[in-house]
Amino acid sequence: MNEMSTKWIGARTIRPDGADKVTGRAQYSADYNMPGMVWGKILRSPHAHAAIRSIDTSKAEALPGVKAVVTAKDMVSFPVDKAVALGIQDMRWMARNMLAHEKALFHGHPIAAVAAINEQVAAEACKLIVVDYEVLPHAIEIEDAIKPDAPILHDFMKHEGKPSNIAGTMVLKAGDIENGFAEADVVVERTFTTRPVHQGYIEPHACTVSYAADGRVTIWSSSQGQFMVRAMTSLLTGIPQSNIRAIPAEIGGGFGAKTIVYLEPVAVLLSKKSGRPVKIVMSRDDVQRATGPAPGSLMTVKIGAKKDGTLVAAKGDFYLQAGCLPGSPLRGPVGCSFAAYAIPNVLSTGYDVVSNRSKVAAYRAPGAPHGAFAAETVLDEIAEKLGLDPLEMRIRNSVKPGDKAIYGAVFGDVTFTETVDAIRKHPHYKAPLDKNPRPGVKRGRGVASGFWYNAGGESSVQVNITEDGNVVVTTGHPDVGGSRASIANVVAELIGIEHGRVNVIIGDTQTIGFSNLTGGSRVTFASAMVATASCEKVIGQLKDRAAKIWKIDADAVKWEDGMALPAGDNAGKFPPLSLKELAAKANEMGGPIGTQVQLNTTGADPGFATHCVDVEVDVDLGIIRVLRYTAAQDVGRALHPSYVEGQIQGGVVQGIGWALSEEYLYDKNGKVDNATFLDYRMPVCSDVPMIEALVIEIPNSKHPQGVRGVGEAPIVPPLAAIANAVYDALGKRFFALPMSPPKVTERLDAAD
Amino acid sequence: MAKIHVSTTINGEPLEYLCDASASMLDILRGPLGLTGTKEGCGTGDCGACSVTVDGRLMCSCLMLAVEAEGKQIGTIEGMAQGGELHPLQQKFLEMAALQCGICTPGVLISARSLLEKNPDPTEEEVRFGLAGNLCRCTGYDKIVRAVMETAAEMREAAR
Ligand code: FES
Repeated sequence: MNEMSTKWIGARTIRPDGADKVTGRAQYSADYNMPGMVWGKILRSPHAHAAIRSIDTSKAEALPGVKAVVTAKDMVSFPVDKAVALGIQDMRWMARNMLAHEKALFHGHPIAAVAAINEQVAAEACKLIVVDYEVLPHAIEIEDAIKPDAPILHDFMKHEGKPSNIAGTMVLKAGDIENGFAEADVVVERTFTTRPVHQGYIEPHACTVSYAADGRVTIWSSSQGQFMVRAMTSLLTGIPQSNIRAIPAEIGGGFGAKTIVYLEPVAVLLSKKSGRPVKIVMSRDDVQRATGPAPGSLMTVKIGAKKDGTLVAAKGDFYLQAGCLPGSPLRGPVGCSFAAYAIPNVLSTGYDVVSNRSKVAAYRAPGAPHGAFAAETVLDEIAEKLGLDPLEMRIRNSVKPGDKAIYGAVFGDVTFTETVDAIRKHPHYKAPLDKNPRPGVKRGRGVASGFWYNAGGESSVQVNITEDGNVVVTTGHPDVGGSRASIANVVAELIGIEHGRVNVIIGDTQTIGFSNLTGGSRVTFASAMVATASCEKVIGQLKDRAAKIWKIDADAVKWEDGMALPAGDNAGKFPPLSLKELAAKANEMGGPIGTQVQLNTTGADPGFATHCVDVEVDVDLGIIRVLRYTAAQDVGRALHPSYVEGQIQGGVVQGIGWALSEEYLYDKNGKVDNATFLDYRMPVCSDVPMIEALVIEIPNSKHPQGVRGVGEAPIVPPLAAIANAVYDALGKRFFALPMSPPKVTERLDAAD
Repeated sequence: MAKIHVSTTINGEPLEYLCDASASMLDILRGPLGLTGTKEGCGTGDCGACSVTVDGRLMCSCLMLAVEAEGKQIGTIEGMAQGGELHPLQQKFLEMAALQCGICTPGVLISARSLLEKNPDPTEEEVRFGLAGNLCRCTGYDKIVRAVMETAAEMREAAR
């Protein structure tokens, strides 16, 4: 095929969904209405921890205008002693997260839901629901939840034989950790904390659903997977998947957190009970209190090295907040923190800690930024102690192809050192930095690296040739930031036609085959793979048609630049047949042209990233500003470079927020105290500089275009890179995030 | 409570609606008027996704009462393209990939247009502060700032 040609692959084309998005016509989850629709509202717990003795909904049901009230009793029940897995989720916990069962487990936990003629009546009805709570002591922070006398959230949960808030552990090992440290010339051990941070998508969760009289369900909502929406709704309502059409609305950001649902099954139950379509839209307050976030963490990392910088042992203990139900992303820190380095002796342990906060959701490379903050800060300290350049030390210790990763896989291509080298050679790393530009201001530079697994998985695509000889591609993956644009490039390239003749859309659950979540940095990798297979089949069909028309062997036809041509002189002399001509003759020559390909894709090699950052610290006010940021990453092949850069730039700025300003604050009653964008401080435009993305393209040999996942690795290094830069500026290390002004001044005032 | 009658102009078209005294401009735009291009990200004036212009002034429509539109000229994203032709900012945002998910985009565009009306030749810093009321969680702002500056340069060129 046209492997050498790169007319469209790598071109900065205009995305197929672009015009609708700049004119306000694109429809997101809250932008859709149905005829006869009523409004749903969720009653939420006013307590951080309480047993629910009873719920009386009779007064609410009696209120004029109320159409239905549901509680957990209306859902399919999932007993706590029997796991029901859906991907990485467990429906026992998803059910309890969506509507409280035995207990209210956090302030804001959904207790019941109402559907009424308008939002005001629904809100009024919520106030009439009488819940008899037995208020219990609560624990929010990890330290409080793992104390011996901590209030226990779930009496069925045991750790080391005793009731505990530790829901589970994960251990990965290599070599002999004690011997490893015995061999080391220098050992550094540090304890770190990070605060929970929200994914911060600007679009609140919302859905509009209809349960029709014949039991067929339509769901309009935005998510990172319409098939996940269908499956969870089916499991929680008992409606078969074949009767649920989940239509993916445009999604206004997810970053992992929309890989689960909060509303859709509840809305379906309300619709079924009321006989009316139901719309529910979360407020920002709901989103901040009761969705996401990513876990906070408490971590101890110890690393030992030889004098020459060779790493010999690494130990990590990673406590992550799961929120109120089990399921923190332990594989992030446990598997990724040391994965880029060939360290013979490793012991990496994760603890899944429940506490009275909303259940955590995935956030971009879940858990990996936490671990990298700890490990990459300790590495910086070791390099300093040994008098080594921190980048040299990373190169010296990089894993090699064929090495066994501590999480079990064997490394194929390893392109870690290329990312380090790209930073080492970049003018940024060599640029002079005035460390004392003005009185009261200090500057510093820091580096750090990051690792993320990446993923393949199920993907479906249809490629159909229209009757007028153009192309429509349907994929099964919601597009969070340019995947349609990338696939349009691939298909235009392979079919050999102008980009503008390819349209890419996202199918709903009843129109396209199963496709797994948009997550794990997998969508461009997987969908380009199935799109390629599909284009190959379509080209095969087109060559067959040409062969029939010319009455020659199909093998004697080749496909080039969107046309069928005789493969050589022996094939005979025929004028080329274009896609348009073949499409026009499609019906007489055997019927419509098109195909669907469904694969469980494999071969997604890991992602490596190395970042360099300059910061400036106002030592009186404690304000840290990022002055310059350069992020290198091997992306394999950038199908659409702008959206690849965009992933890197966006991930970095989320990392800057995590490092410097974002955190959850709780009051003494266990209630989130900063559930607005004013107080939950995400980076705004004036907080950050341009982010230079160094896009390295070393093709992944296991992918037809060489793609490697991109979206997640960029958020892994920033926390440590910034902390290392702050150390360079101040000579003091920060072991706790965020490095917000009050924390910075406190640390600067501390005597050490 | 009786609804209040409001006569206003939206994107150049005279228009009337009835609303509750407590309804926000955003509620009316997105609800009865069906102008869902204006987005709600927070409802507290912190994210800028609901940005509109009121007599040429930039506003968060979530912080404005619908009754305040009486006699005013309201500009929303739906009125930014003229006929079939995109505003130069809209076109540049597409060319330079200044949007990923796109939920912030209507607000950012309205805000950027206001900025360029006041300051046709902004520095990077002026663009960054001018757009500081518009949260974008996807792009890291890099391509947004570049697109606004590039559009400004082209519009200056075109005006010469
Ligand atoms: S593009 Fe998603 S919030 Fe800006």
